[in-house]
Amino acid sequence: MASEDKQVKIHVTQRQLVVPGELLAEGEVEVGSPLIYKIDNKYYSSVIGLVDVQENKLNLIPLEGYYFPKVGDLVIGLVIDIGITNWIVDIRAPYKAIMNASDALNRQFNPIQDDLRRYFDIGDYVLAKIALFDRLHNPVLTVKEKGLGKIVSGKIVEIAPSRVPRVIGKRKSMLNMLIEETGCEIVVAQNGRIWINCKDKQFEDILILALKKIELEAHTTGLTDRVRNLIKEEKAKRGLS
Amino acid sequence: MTKKNKPKLIREDGLRHDGRRPDELRPIRMEVGVLSNANGSALVEYGRTKVIAAVYGPRELHPRHISLPDRAVIRCRYHMAPFSTEERKNPAPSRREIELSKVIREALEATIFTELYPRATIDVFIEVLQADGGTRTTGITAASLALADAGIPMRDLVAGVAVGKVDGVLVLDIDQVEDEYGEADMPIAMMPSLGKITLLQLNGVLTPEEFREALKLAEKGIREIYKLQREALKKKYVEIKVEE
Amino acid sequence: MSTTPSNIPILPKLKKESIKTLIAKGLRVDGRKLDEYRKIIIEPNYIPKAEGSALVRIGETIVLVGIKMEVGQPFPDTPDEGVLMVNAEFVPFASPTFEPGPPDENAIELARVIDRSLREIKVIDLEKLAIVPGQKVWIVWVDIYVLNHAGNLLDASSLATMAALMTTKIPKVEVEENEIKIDKTMKEQPLPLNHRVVTVTVGKLDEYLLVDPTDEEELVLDAKLAISVSEDGRIAGMQKMGPGDFTLDEVNKAVELALKSAKSLHGILEEYVSKTS
Repeated sequence: MASEDKQVKIHVTQRQLVVPGELLAEGEVEVGSPLIYKIDNKYYSSVIGLVDVQENKLNLIPLEGYYFPKVGDLVIGLVIDIGITNWIVDIRAPYKAIMNASDALNRQFNPIQDDLRRYFDIGDYVLAKIALFDRLHNPVLTVKEKGLGKIVSGKIVEIAPSRVPRVIGKRKSMLNMLIEETGCEIVVAQNGRIWINCKDKQFEDILILALKKIELEAHTTGLTDRVRNLIKEEKAKRGLS
Repeated sequence: MTKKNKPKLIREDGLRHDGRRPDELRPIRMEVGVLSNANGSALVEYGRTKVIAAVYGPRELHPRHISLPDRAVIRCRYHMAPFSTEERKNPAPSRREIELSKVIREALEATIFTELYPRATIDVFIEVLQADGGTRTTGITAASLALADAGIPMRDLVAGVAVGKVDGVLVLDIDQVEDEYGEADMPIAMMPSLGKITLLQLNGVLTPEEFREALKLAEKGIREIYKLQREALKKKYVEIKVEE
Repeated sequence: MSTTPSNIPILPKLKKESIKTLIAKGLRVDGRKLDEYRKIIIEPNYIPKAEGSALVRIGETIVLVGIKMEVGQPFPDTPDEGVLMVNAEFVPFASPTFEPGPPDENAIELARVIDRSLREIKVIDLEKLAIVPGQKVWIVWVDIYVLNHAGNLLDASSLATMAALMTTKIPKVEVEENEIKIDKTMKEQPLPLNHRVVTVTVGKLDEYLLVDPTDEEELVLDAKLAISVSEDGRIAGMQKMGPGDFTLDEVNKAVELALKSAKSLHGILEEYVSKTS
């Protein structure tokens, strides 16, 4: 077998916008995303996204789509129903998540004495982590870790889950810039919900503008600087510093 | 059927009744992301045929008994608006709409990676707003754009076109008149990058040689439509880049 | 709304594997080759009271077609032509997967594929079925009754429909002034036919093509392509069925396979039906 068979041909450039069915590469390539699929020795994209090319490794960042749960992810869920021993939580994924009473109460749960509503009611936001998720079962959440639990203050901003990596940025560059420029507390959950807590409403408004800009222009370059400039302009407009 | 008032479908100069060459598509327009509520959507026009497709999902749906344990269920509805045809069409699903919903669902199931979403449902809605021939293929073209817009993983976009035989000549992208008075009407949809046919029907009569030629003609048309689909998807993002 | 079927029977993995292994060797579970049909039996005039009928068995699949002729109005754009109506019923006892109720998408698809295969090539000479041109014409009702589903319902239905049409006799009709008198006890003229059409369903499994799939084989196939062929070798209809795909090459190969099989199906039709007349 000639070694030319294994010769790698990469048909795309770094950060190129690709669509389903687009031929990305041929030959033996390392693939970092389940959204790139292979037929014979050809690699194709299965979604619309940005391709990341590093030497012989291909990755794909989707630009659209629901949040797909992963064990260990930090998520912000919305309680939408209450069962006998659990809560049903919407995490903006194809599947509803379950939060068990025994996990949230951190002790044995007594259905006669304990009223689940007192802990989390329908309409409450909860900061949690995905503890379990597989093909047979819906995601199970846990709030056992420090810092997790019911959200009682601040505001939740929703952005497309595919944009979350951009809000955080490489080595948290974007997120740190946002915190620095606005002075707000920001927690970015993987499922496209962002908790913000600001000194006053004006900073909150500016931060939301910045987040929306990131969502819209996530696929472009030089975004961190442009967002920083936007925040500075908005602060100036309002006479803030 | 010997219909009255059959118009001349191929003119003396060899062009079709609307002036097109036999291998020419109608003017095609595509727009992605036209509905804000749907997870994905697209509006596609082949000439005067106007179709909107919308996708919801993947999502869990009740009743659970229609879900599958190892992959997503696709629900597809092809429907014609009452004002879409010359005579008002009764909004209740006709046998034709039931058949087309099935063949379109099967055409899309071939491309969607349903195994990624066990126990979930993906809903595809296709509404024909104006019908002038080739509604199911326009619908599939729009539906696959809507699926891509929703971020649902697919092997490839699906592009469709209807080839016909009118006055003995094989023509590409038939309109209503050519469909009604022609000798054959062959809708076909493909995953162009992979060379796979996912929808194929023939209504009419062709010799085996004509059929082979018709397939080739369809493939040519499908490649042009595929190019337009990719541009329409990328356009949403490229426009923002230009703003910089 | 068409929904991915979720009530299909589970075929054991072992069975799936053995079917695939055999097919790769060019054989089927019942010993047939890939291009062979099961045993075909046609019984014309199975329902003597109907204007026409035929019972067809392909292996264990049984389809009964009854033809009824009624007097009715023509379609406005074809005032001098008779009317053809095709309907299919998947009778609930024919399969554990059939539910009672109005025809589902599979029954509707089957009826429409058969209808189209008869219509464009004008199997029935509808122009000869006008009684009072512009007002009263013969309506030919083709009712396809699936009695046992052991695979390949389409080919069996197509064969039964053609056999039934070939034995259909038009009831005696007298037109007196504005009254039309029909005497169904006197059937004289045979239904005027221009062509005969049969349908060959070609199944695809990986890169293999086969004809006449059994119901078990249908559970394993990627997709099917049904090709309707006239006695003079023209393609009178086509329908790709199932959630899989075909390459252009596979489509062309399937057509070749269908043309070949159609020849022998036409032969069988001729043999059986000429026996009755």
